[in-house]
Amino acid sequence: MRLKQALFLDRMVNKLMNLLRSNTTTDYSWIPQHHTPHRYPQFAGKLLLRQEIPLSDEQIDHLVTSSVFTKVDSIEPHLWGHRCRRCGNKASHLFGLMPHTSCKKECRYCRSCIQMGRVLECEPLYVGSSYVSWTAHENPCAWQGKLTVYQQNAADQLVNLVEKGAGEKLVWAVCGAGKTEMLFPAITKALETGKRVCLATPRTDVVRELLPRFQKAFPEVRMQALYGDSPDKTGDAPLILATTHQLLRYGRAFDVMIVDEVDAFPFHNDESLHYACKRAAKMDASIIYLTATPRKVQKKRMRKKELPVVFVPKRFHGHPLPVPQLKLTPTLHRFLKKGELPPKLLKQIAEQQTSPRQLLLFLPSIKKAEEMALLLKGKGYTVEAVHAEDIDRAEKIAAFRKKKYRVLVTTTILERGVTFPSVDVFVIDAGHGVFDEAALVQIAGRAGRSHDDPTGNVHFYHIGKTDALLNAIESIEYMNRLGRNT
Amino acid sequence: MRCLICHEEIIPEVSWVTFWKPPVEIKMCGDCRAALEKIDGPCCPVCHRPDHKGVCRDCEQWSDTQFGTFDKNVAVFRYNEFGKKFVARWKYRGDYVLFQAIKKEIQRKWEMTGVEKHIIVPVPLSKQREAERGFNQSEAIILALAKEPISLFDRLHSEKQSKRGKKERMQSENPFILRRPVHESVVIVDDIYTTGRTVRHMASRLREYGCPSVSSFTIFR
Ligand SMILES: [Zn+2]
Ligand SMILES: [Zn+2]
Ligand SMILES: [Zn+2]
Ligand SMILES: [Zn+2]
Repeated sequence: MRLKQALFLDRMVNKLMNLLRSNTTTDYSWIPQHHTPHRYPQFAGKLLLRQEIPLSDEQIDHLVTSSVFTKVDSIEPHLWGHRCRRCGNKASHLFGLMPHTSCKKECRYCRSCIQMGRVLECEPLYVGSSYVSWTAHENPCAWQGKLTVYQQNAADQLVNLVEKGAGEKLVWAVCGAGKTEMLFPAITKALETGKRVCLATPRTDVVRELLPRFQKAFPEVRMQALYGDSPDKTGDAPLILATTHQLLRYGRAFDVMIVDEVDAFPFHNDESLHYACKRAAKMDASIIYLTATPRKVQKKRMRKKELPVVFVPKRFHGHPLPVPQLKLTPTLHRFLKKGELPPKLLKQIAEQQTSPRQLLLFLPSIKKAEEMALLLKGKGYTVEAVHAEDIDRAEKIAAFRKKKYRVLVTTTILERGVTFPSVDVFVIDAGHGVFDEAALVQIAGRAGRSHDDPTGNVHFYHIGKTDALLNAIESIEYMNRLGRNT
Repeated sequence: MRCLICHEEIIPEVSWVTFWKPPVEIKMCGDCRAALEKIDGPCCPVCHRPDHKGVCRDCEQWSDTQFGTFDKNVAVFRYNEFGKKFVARWKYRGDYVLFQAIKKEIQRKWEMTGVEKHIIVPVPLSKQREAERGFNQSEAIILALAKEPISLFDRLHSEKQSKRGKKERMQSENPFILRRPVHESVVIVDDIYTTGRTVRHMASRLREYGCPSVSSFTIFR
């Protein structure tokens, strides 16, 4: 009797532990493990809604009986609520109930990923088997350039990782290290061995910019760029360039998963993007993370030796990173409030404008950026302000690149990805909370990006040093030291 | 509490008056509330077009061809950029619960409109469209007002409104079939009044078969 009770108790405890575990860790065990070989690359490793599959009901039934597709519940119950299996959302306020015409019930749906088509409780997700044999390409890479010593070292390690299979590696490369080129050898290795590769990056601009570069480097390889309004969404190529968001439609799909700017999701849906990145990689995938500014989580894993790291501390042109200069400006806020700048700062802008370099001016908010643009226009400079929702954003940036005007005023949105050949960078009110360590490092990294002008002045105007300011400078100096010593 | 529209946390104001009352559930934050512009200035007495004195040109054109078929429309908000995004998310993406955010405002206007005794009629969707969306937007509004939708129409072919030009839309043939005649006043409820084609098509069917008056109530204009 007592034994029975103990057994029962044991089972209950086990059950509870499992529930707790499924609640705290991301669990993808619902993705079927038996992989049926098939000839539908457009469904390989996909998680699709019925309306995303351009086939008749009969055709789909056929693919389900032959295990090309497996139907799974789209929303799973969870200790304190529900989880959307497509996006990982478990916040109760991001689920809705609606009287559903088709099932005649109050039906639960996910509000978090609704932009990609609504996930409804009563409708399954179709999981496509990832077992498609991809072509093994012979010498796919046409890129003829030469890597620096540091790039080559990182490239070699990544090739090793791809050869080995399962494993992770973080590439900590400074802004302007030339990370795209150093990925080429590893991608080449993967394509030669018939592996499927995905490079995911948070921003659409970057995907658009990468596609032509990859097409040039791998001219014979079929590839696709996937983003919110990309013309092609089939996603059936062996080489996929995608926004991180598009990974919500993939599960256990890729042999090599490259996650660009892994530190770049400090926003509310970051959890869902991490969830999708991890899920898109096969169980035995090689996962490569790229960053110039690792966050605490990654640094902690590095220290614990859980996450192997390779440094690329020098820029492709071999020059050190410009170290920001701190400029204490006690009267800054008083002037900013009036939509003005302290005379000393104005003088430094005037001096800067006598040099051939253009000026990137960062401000903590859109409102302040617009006020400053107005102020500087009034003083006779050619100025434009750009912010995230600006419809003319792309044109304004292109015009600045063509040197159509001299000063670009912006907020943190231009901190990453966008580069100009010859600029100085001033951050006004650099102690403001929106400028965290990573943002400041990225901002400073805008200067000195080209061979022809490998240096630049970076000024942080502040009313008192903050941890973020000091840490950013320390991190830049640390990378310069690493670059000098070896 | 979080805003149903932008998901921002809402911090309710606590004063000595509100402190003693049970907390009221707030569904929309101040920013979103401000972005939704209520129509309360002068507007076209027929279609509720905001910022317009007297009957607007569109309504004059309609009355040339269909004099007396349609009484008038009442709308709650302007169909501004925010409204367009709202409709895109609620109706096209199908985020059903989003409507709860504006329900109170809709109710308030509805009570002022004086259509309490009317028969409340939703705009039908084609079967295919209703299956895609999972709900009928105009029925959803009526249910949120705690009223009963009376379905009087069938729809002949699918709705491809937005792809056509304005003139074409005003002249296109009537896709609605009346199931049975009614002899009481009718109010048609829909999400947007754009050209007025939909409500006028329905109105002319109703009037043909002896309905004394037809008006409409929409969220946006
Ligand atoms: Zn979801
Ligand atoms: Zn349902
Ligand atoms: Zn809001
Ligand atoms: Zn009018």
